[in-house]
Amino acid sequence: MPRLSRDRWTAILMITPSIILLAVFVYGFIGQTLYTAMTDWGDPRKSAALAENPTIEFIGLKNFQDLFNGLLNYRFRIDMVNTVFFTILFLAACLGLGLLMAILLDQKVRGESIFRTVFLFPMSLSFVVTGTVWRWLFAPNGGLNMLPTLVGLPPLKLQWFIDRTKLFTFGWPDVPKIGAILLVLGLLIYAGEAWLHKRQRSAIIAGVIGLGLAGYFLIGQPKLTDVAPTETHGLNAAILSIVLAATWQMSGYTMAMYLAGLRGIPEELREAARVDGCNEWQVYRYIILPLLQPITLSAVIILGHISLKIFDLVYVMAGDTNLQVDVPGINMYLTAFRANNFAVGAAIAIVMLIMVAVIIVPYLINQFRTEVHV
Amino acid sequence: MLKSRRFLALAIVLALVLSFAVNAANTAQAQAKLSGKLEIFSWWAGDEAPALDALLKLYNQKYPDVKVTNATVAGGSGVAAKAVLKTRMLGGNPPDSFQVHAGQELIGTWVVADRMEPLDSLFASEKWNDKFPKDLIGLLSYKGHIWSVPVNIHRSNVLWYVPDNIKKWGVDVPKTWDDFFKVCETLKGKNVTPLALGPNWTAMHLWENVALATLGVDGYRNLWAGKLKFTDPKAKAIWDTYSKVLDCTNSDAASLGDWVPAAQLVLDGKAAFQVMGDWWAGWAVAVKKLEPGTGFGWAPAPGTEGVFMMLSDSFGLPKNIPDKENTLAWLKLLGSVEGQDAFNPLKGSIPARLDADPSKYNKYSQSALADWKKDKIVGSLTHGAVAPEAFSSQFSTVLDVFIGTRDATLAANASQQLAIDAGIGK
Repeated sequence: MPRLSRDRWTAILMITPSIILLAVFVYGFIGQTLYTAMTDWGDPRKSAALAENPTIEFIGLKNFQDLFNGLLNYRFRIDMVNTVFFTILFLAACLGLGLLMAILLDQKVRGESIFRTVFLFPMSLSFVVTGTVWRWLFAPNGGLNMLPTLVGLPPLKLQWFIDRTKLFTFGWPDVPKIGAILLVLGLLIYAGEAWLHKRQRSAIIAGVIGLGLAGYFLIGQPKLTDVAPTETHGLNAAILSIVLAATWQMSGYTMAMYLAGLRGIPEELREAARVDGCNEWQVYRYIILPLLQPITLSAVIILGHISLKIFDLVYVMAGDTNLQVDVPGINMYLTAFRANNFAVGAAIAIVMLIMVAVIIVPYLINQFRTEVHV
Repeated sequence: MLKSRRFLALAIVLALVLSFAVNAANTAQAQAKLSGKLEIFSWWAGDEAPALDALLKLYNQKYPDVKVTNATVAGGSGVAAKAVLKTRMLGGNPPDSFQVHAGQELIGTWVVADRMEPLDSLFASEKWNDKFPKDLIGLLSYKGHIWSVPVNIHRSNVLWYVPDNIKKWGVDVPKTWDDFFKVCETLKGKNVTPLALGPNWTAMHLWENVALATLGVDGYRNLWAGKLKFTDPKAKAIWDTYSKVLDCTNSDAASLGDWVPAAQLVLDGKAAFQVMGDWWAGWAVAVKKLEPGTGFGWAPAPGTEGVFMMLSDSFGLPKNIPDKENTLAWLKLLGSVEGQDAFNPLKGSIPARLDADPSKYNKYSQSALADWKKDKIVGSLTHGAVAPEAFSSQFSTVLDVFIGTRDATLAANASQQLAIDAGIGK
């Protein structure tokens, strides 16, 4: 028994139940989902999914391959593209609108607390309520399209979330190419930045990997997917309606965070900048926005993982099979609990987990590094 | 000697009478002696609850010692209830009987998983084999056994309209899809939506009716038996017709919440026809207080005259339940004339039995009952009669892709691949 102080023992004992619960109910079940994703449980060609002792075979990564390459999994690929575009647009809109509202409220307006409460109200609703209300607003033959008639103009003809137009179309085989270019560029930019900040070793490692991958892709020309060339993807215009509804709900949250951040910037810094000859725009660009970076980062994390897992807003607004706005959460639920294909549903869940982990894990590592130990 | 003989005769007669009485009392007591619990799992909530309550009350009257639990999970067409049921069955806690659409929805999910007991002996002992139509028993069967007791029958292939509006616009009720396309042109000229459509599942409902009209009864049955491929030119023709039909529907169909807003379009005079199941009549009578025949009219969906496309709510007998006798008693009640005539008038559907009492039903249901006795019977796709969930849940994706791209070849190939994967016809 190591010689630990009583305080230490108490601390360990208090944490142990939580650790056990986490280990079983979070990580244990994640492990079980990962295992299920690598079996064929629920494949209708094999044994019945809901039998008392279904025959389950381990098939490795085949489910994942099928999701990205199989002819019948068009819906999954649409979901992935939708999620990427939805996340980018949703984050940009929420952060931009939130920052704008916070800056406006920071100008010492009258009734500031009223405005602050009103802007924050939508966040208290559940996504189900928001989805239902915005579905009524977005009805093509009613709702928002009828607004111009109030002033005698003809009604709008926007299709909102049932719009079938695609902007920026590309074929699915283009996706690995785009991904490869982004990866190489990302590595080279990181290498450049590390060099500038005198982190020679990181710069060299990143640079070598980036150039190596570039060479492999250019010369090796690996074919990562063979899927139907008629499969076009793109930014579905219908996504913009979901972005609008979601931003309406969550921009109050970013506004509140930015407002707190703005209040935390001492007036002396702004005064000093003004004395040095900055105009207002430069004060924002050089003093205030850099100081708001930690807030931006934490808002990105919270909003990012909401948007990657979004289910109820889209399900309530657009129903369960509206491919223009489909998201992986809905697809996972339908695959597992309607089609009884538990293995493929688990595979979709693991893909979602990886997407969220890619955002959260680097953030957590960064936080742990800068934490001060008492 | 005579006295003692008379005495003996009297004693024997008395003994016989007494034993009769005791036996009769015993039998009555044995019937009411069913005790324990009965948990009925369904998704009949809200407007449909009174019908289920009538059945439960009837059961309570017969077997007052059984504690009946109504384990309803609300949510239209069972979307929530089915997920809860799967969790319970996988967890080893099956309900004593659960509502399930008769046909492949039960067979493809639970019978192939060996979770249900066959009901052949029940059907034989209750003499049900000639009280239900032969085609229906065929849809309830798999591998030579019967698996559920149908409580009600709904019809999928019905065309609804408002007679006054049809007269006003000067069009006739179309008997085939070709007739319908002519009517479509006329109505579009008058700025009326020819066919009202709702969200995705109603598009599948429309598709199955176009499929029945295009393939005919035998072709339709062969499709779901795996004998006719989706890529066969006859089956591909469905998609071409369907595309033309879609051009006659309202453009905001996907934004409507359910079938009711589309039905409201018909009642408001903004749309002319709707292909929907006969819960339409139940809604029009109970909620909109319309008279069948004058307030609304009906006809078989174009091209499907003489065919009754059915869907049915039914109950089965799961394995490993504690009080099997209670559930068997419930099933007997469901299949009896008394049970079906208590349930169906309140539900707005028709009984599955051929010997039900027509006087208890409204004008629409009486016409449906007459058709039920004479028409050929096929099962619905959308409501789980002819295809397992593995097929129908992914088929809705194929439909949505088709509505956008109108690519019949792609849709036919995808459907065929889906059918093979889901084991249709095996």
